[in-house]
Amino acid sequence: MVALTINGQLHNVDVDPNTPLLWVIREQVGLTGTKYGCGIAQCGACTVHVDGVAMRSCALPVSDAAGKKITTIEGLAQNGKLTKVQQAWVDHDVPQCGYCQCGMIMAVSALLAEKPKPTDKDIDDAITNICRCGTFQQVREAIHMAANA
Amino acid sequence: MNYVPKIDRRSFLVATAAAGGGLALGIPLAPQSASAQTGLATPELGVWVVVKPDETVVVRVVRHEMGQGTITGLAQLVAEELEADWSKVTIEHPTPGESVKRKRPWGAYSTGGSRGIRESHEYMRQGGAAARLMLIQAAANEWKVPAGEITADKGVLTHKASNRSTTYGKVAEAASKLPVPEKPALKDPKDWKIAGKPMKRFNAVDKVMGRQVYGADLTLPGMLNATIKDCPVFGGKVKSFEAAKVAGMKGVKKVLQVGESAVAVVADTWWQAKVALDALPIVWDEGPNAKVSSASIAEMLKAGLDAEQAFVGNENGDIKAALASAAKKVEAVYSYPYQNHAPMEPMNATARYTPDKCELWAPTQDAEGSFAAVLAASGLPADKCEVYQMDLGGGFGRRGAYPGDFVHQAVLISKEMPGTPVKLLWSREEDMAHGRYHPVMMAKMVGAFDKDNNLTGLHMRLSGQSILAAVRPQVVEQQKGRDPLVFQGLASQAMLAEHSFSYTIPNLLIDHAMRNPHVPPGFWRGVNINQNAIFMECFMDELAQAAGQDELEFRRKLLGNHPRNLAALNAVAEKIGWGKPAEPGIHRGLAHLKAFNAYVAAAAEVSVTGDKLKVHRIVAATDPTFAVNPAQIDRQVAGSFVYGLSALYYQECTIKDGRVVETNFDTYDSMRIAQMPKVESILMPSGGSGPWGGVGEPTICVAAPAVMNAYFKATGKRIRSFPLKNHDIAMA
Repeated sequence: MVALTINGQLHNVDVDPNTPLLWVIREQVGLTGTKYGCGIAQCGACTVHVDGVAMRSCALPVSDAAGKKITTIEGLAQNGKLTKVQQAWVDHDVPQCGYCQCGMIMAVSALLAEKPKPTDKDIDDAITNICRCGTFQQVREAIHMAANA
Repeated sequence: MNYVPKIDRRSFLVATAAAGGGLALGIPLAPQSASAQTGLATPELGVWVVVKPDETVVVRVVRHEMGQGTITGLAQLVAEELEADWSKVTIEHPTPGESVKRKRPWGAYSTGGSRGIRESHEYMRQGGAAARLMLIQAAANEWKVPAGEITADKGVLTHKASNRSTTYGKVAEAASKLPVPEKPALKDPKDWKIAGKPMKRFNAVDKVMGRQVYGADLTLPGMLNATIKDCPVFGGKVKSFEAAKVAGMKGVKKVLQVGESAVAVVADTWWQAKVALDALPIVWDEGPNAKVSSASIAEMLKAGLDAEQAFVGNENGDIKAALASAAKKVEAVYSYPYQNHAPMEPMNATARYTPDKCELWAPTQDAEGSFAAVLAASGLPADKCEVYQMDLGGGFGRRGAYPGDFVHQAVLISKEMPGTPVKLLWSREEDMAHGRYHPVMMAKMVGAFDKDNNLTGLHMRLSGQSILAAVRPQVVEQQKGRDPLVFQGLASQAMLAEHSFSYTIPNLLIDHAMRNPHVPPGFWRGVNINQNAIFMECFMDELAQAAGQDELEFRRKLLGNHPRNLAALNAVAEKIGWGKPAEPGIHRGLAHLKAFNAYVAAAAEVSVTGDKLKVHRIVAATDPTFAVNPAQIDRQVAGSFVYGLSALYYQECTIKDGRVVETNFDTYDSMRIAQMPKVESILMPSGGSGPWGGVGEPTICVAAPAVMNAYFKATGKRIRSFPLKNHDIAMA
């Protein structure tokens, strides 16, 4: 049994402790907004916050997340109210296929928590998620929108 | 050693009927009828529109959404003709089973070749217009006034003379019982209020909240999870595997062979299935292709560059004579590698089989092709099969209808566990190992000049792989062995008008020596335009430079007969500042092409520092005849450059021992935000009555040659093989 706090809720899950956090979130907890893209921490589609830090959950054994505060994309909006980042994404119509965007939004949310007014260089350094649709131009504009909202 | 996938006759026929793959096969649409049906919203006003009593307008869309904005654009076009209130518009997807039952009233589902809007706009707009006329007639009947006196606007019907009004929702039921007008008149696009406007995509809120359910996210009651490993050497088979070694692992429910070449594990969770499959000892019979390498494939293609036999794609004048009498000749050989699509969501499909019913849930670019695959794999007749289309986490051509692909596998697995839904999800590694790859191609080009430096002749010999020979062999057969799609962007007007060549050269020959290695090819974003634009547009710069002429002026002289190509090229040249000094260290390049009936051009600004090639800015022009949603087109243009430049810099599927070497994004990289150039999109729809152009793909092909032409300006070095990482050139 591993005890996990996800989006403020405690979950006791019966899994092999080596199971990546991603798959526990998706399969045991049933939250599918966190996506599988590569399994080797390259693409960022699986990004979640672990104690406020953006981490790639596909390469993180669930045992390492025990006792920590985990936030997934489903935990951002409170009572249905989108966060500034999510709202900027909608207002600027960022997602194309959308599959990578949950991870992108998690990475951006962590960046803005650390640097509320990031420069383009800050964005380049911090946001390394892959988007095959190629939404980067809109992502950058939406980050600045969110920062100035 | 040609690798020819086995095709079951039935799936072959249905998949053929379902079109797909870049050629319109001209399937007639069934007449519209408002017959009763199941599973879809009511009441129907023809087959395309439903207006519910609560005023919700439901537009039926069978084309697939994979991020390109097609469903939004098509709904805009229908809503425009309907005079609907856009805020009330939603969509629904009729299933292929329903379509077959009703004799295909919605036409083709296949969504590739940038055809979603350009090939369905007319009948869908007519569907919207017909529904509007029915609603008007219903109100006219109720008020006993002539229909011509009633106006429709934003879902409200008004009879001014008697000062009466009602809403669509209130008369929809009565309207649904009226005959459906055939071929109603359509609005002039200059009067558009919903179409042509930058409407937001459907589903953005769900996507940013993690609520959008992609195929990979599907959960059904009692569902099990599977993952699969196909023989890494294409054309190989399973020799043996030791199921007993993993059968007792936690969660494992079944270990089974799938077809001749694959082994799958079914477990409670996907992670358990993956762990077990990784631990499963499998012995492969690697078959006849186990020694094939990128080098041996390159030799095969090289031999085609000078081969006697070749298929002609475009010809005029007498190229032999022009080359023989040339005062000067310029020659170059280019090559383009295998590339995988690598959409963010790996391949997946969920199937549930019983002897009475086989159902499939799949993110697919061709639900009808998937339906055909379900029929073939389940052995059940059409009335016992169904496909539910799921949202796609990217497509790019990978999720079209290919024989023996993931849908086929999912059904075969579910057949072994009747009654239990099984979700098959490939690992990223499987996705890299079993793509339907962007084909390999080489080109040898020879240009002939007279003594006054006029270009008198051009011979372009392509040598490489045909997609159609592998996936639509019947088309190649009809063409007596030729694959017309190889000539995308280079074709004669008569052979392939939507991809016709734009330069007028007195003596021209473009031909193709077909060389089909064993690696399975597939459609890809842009596909053959990608290499053809690099070959032709980089070589055009080589020719201009050999003649000592400005690259833009050189092209302009050859484009006199193609004003729309010329207009797109001029637009980017002007905006980038061609002919004017650039900032220090900045160099410029140009390219253009006609593809999918759209006229596109790009101008790039780059700088080179050591081994780093930085693309600062790309100006792009697109003339798609009409622009249905300018905001989505801008996003497609910028996105196409991410896909195209990632391919240019990073992407090659290297073949070694008959298999693909690259296994994941660590060896098959993709552009990140830090490398994204500033994209300035010029949308220049020229209107008129000609065919509409696509927008999802065309611009992808002009980024790479524009960047490479600028790279030459910066360095004096001409790169003729790709990706750039093989030349130690990095993306900055």
